[in-house]
Amino acid sequence: MIDVHHITKRYGQHTAIDRVTFSVAKGEVLAFLGPNGAGKTTTMRILTCFMPATEGTATVAGFDCADQPLEVKRRIGYLPETPPVYQELTVDEYLRFVGRLRGLSGPMLTDAMGREVERLGLGAVQHRLIGNLSRGYRQRVGLAQALLHDPPVLILDEPTVGLDPKQIIEIRELIKSLAGSHSVILSTHILPEATAVCQRVVIINGGRIVAEDTPDRLSARLRHSEKIALTLSRPPGDVEAHLKQVTGVQHVHANGPPGHFLLESELGHDIREDVARLAVSKHWGLLELKSISMTLEDVFLKLTRHEEGLAQPADVASDRVVVNVDTRESPS
Amino acid sequence: MTPVSTILSKELRSHFVSPVVYVVGSVFLLIVGLLAYLYIVFTGAQAIQLMQVQGQAQINLNDLVFRNLFSSIRFVLLIILPILTMRLFAEEKKLRTFELLMTSPIGLHEIVAGKFMSVFVLFLGLLGLTTLIPLTLSLFSDFDWYPVLTGYLGLALLGALFLSVGVLASALTENQVVAAFVSFGLLLLLWLLAGLGSLLGDSTAGQVVSYLSFMEHYDHLVRGLIDTKDLVYFVTALILMLFLTHRVIDSTRWK
Repeated sequence: MIDVHHITKRYGQHTAIDRVTFSVAKGEVLAFLGPNGAGKTTTMRILTCFMPATEGTATVAGFDCADQPLEVKRRIGYLPETPPVYQELTVDEYLRFVGRLRGLSGPMLTDAMGREVERLGLGAVQHRLIGNLSRGYRQRVGLAQALLHDPPVLILDEPTVGLDPKQIIEIRELIKSLAGSHSVILSTHILPEATAVCQRVVIINGGRIVAEDTPDRLSARLRHSEKIALTLSRPPGDVEAHLKQVTGVQHVHANGPPGHFLLESELGHDIREDVARLAVSKHWGLLELKSISMTLEDVFLKLTRHEEGLAQPADVASDRVVVNVDTRESPS
Repeated sequence: MTPVSTILSKELRSHFVSPVVYVVGSVFLLIVGLLAYLYIVFTGAQAIQLMQVQGQAQINLNDLVFRNLFSSIRFVLLIILPILTMRLFAEEKKLRTFELLMTSPIGLHEIVAGKFMSVFVLFLGLLGLTTLIPLTLSLFSDFDWYPVLTGYLGLALLGALFLSVGVLASALTENQVVAAFVSFGLLLLLWLLAGLGSLLGDSTAGQVVSYLSFMEHYDHLVRGLIDTKDLVYFVTALILMLFLTHRVIDSTRWK
């Protein structure tokens, strides 16, 4: 549905994105992940024909963004970073205006407006001026605008910014419900969002794609060791030396408050049973023992701080970036 | 609805909820009304003087009231129309709504045309209200309607030109104040070309420079002369400004 091939965008001397290549299949939801200034918005603006790429080609539904912008624009719903709303219009007037811009009229326009007002919960504010609405409502009006003409491709630049947690969940559900019938690209720097709604993640940093895969596989690929969190109520002074004796344990770190430890072992080597037996036999007061899988957050930090991380995934030993692992359990 | 009329009706809606239009409209009507009043009173005083000296007076309202009024309105338009046009593109760029327009399946020329037409319609409305002046005068006196009508044609064309310069200025920046001042400056420059032209005299250069200014073209219409040359001037200048606006917006996409 979307094919981006080697696009580069330069602003004078500054290269915003550098030979970015990726594609999105029909019905797929792709997350564009990256720190601020990584080139997410630039890529989206090229795809929506807001501006042309310096080099490379981008096609949407088979139409080239540079050569057939009108055909591309007809098939795209776009929510920019700042919701493009007119403060002096009411929600109804605004949606009618946008619908007409996209070529809707008569009963089709009325139906589409009704559908989006319903879908985004705008019924209560339909006749209010957008200038008087809260940030969250404006964001939802922006989303309604993008969905209004039921485009096959949706490009959403940080769609959940400014929403409260309940609304965020609703919007994520909405995006998930669009998967299958719509191709969606959404940019975000909120990682759980990418894990929650996307089938595939593209991580972009400094204008270049540094990783592209499913959220699960990305964390798996970057995990260089198994990590175990251990909590003891009565650890003796030499507990770290004892723990290192267990077969497979490579490193033992004190982890936060006294009694909390982080154990690293070889990949594919489950040390939990041995550690538990040791702790119980020595009466250390075993309180907790759990394995930690790398969250997408860790992957992200690792990739954007240390880009060569993915270059030699096989070479585990040479790549000892210490990642701030929190003890959050990942869904896996 | 066509794309142009969609843009046009949205812009008109935005104009009418903005205080700017009401302030600009009131100031324009107030000043034009005041000018008309002054010229009429002045003419009346002259008539009374002539009556006292000669026992009778033949006053030409066309020369004494309307030509003066039409000349003065130029100044008012020069100052007031940039205020009407300044927000057209500058505000959209500032508030990022421009991304919506530019990613909608309509042509840039349609956006430019719709926006220009919205301010032109407003201006024609204001101009329409000023016709109360000749209509009221016609109740009490006789004058030749023909130069008044060509004067109004001149005003409409002059206004269209001023507005198109304002549209161009608004496309150049995202700051409304800058847009207003740029169009004000450009219009003043066009005005002063007439002075430069007469300074250069009857040489080819002088004629060319004079032709570029709107002054002589407008004067012809105010005096009741409809010359194709003048109409061509206004129409080509208008198209050129709107074309430049299109190019300016299109080129900013590449930066």
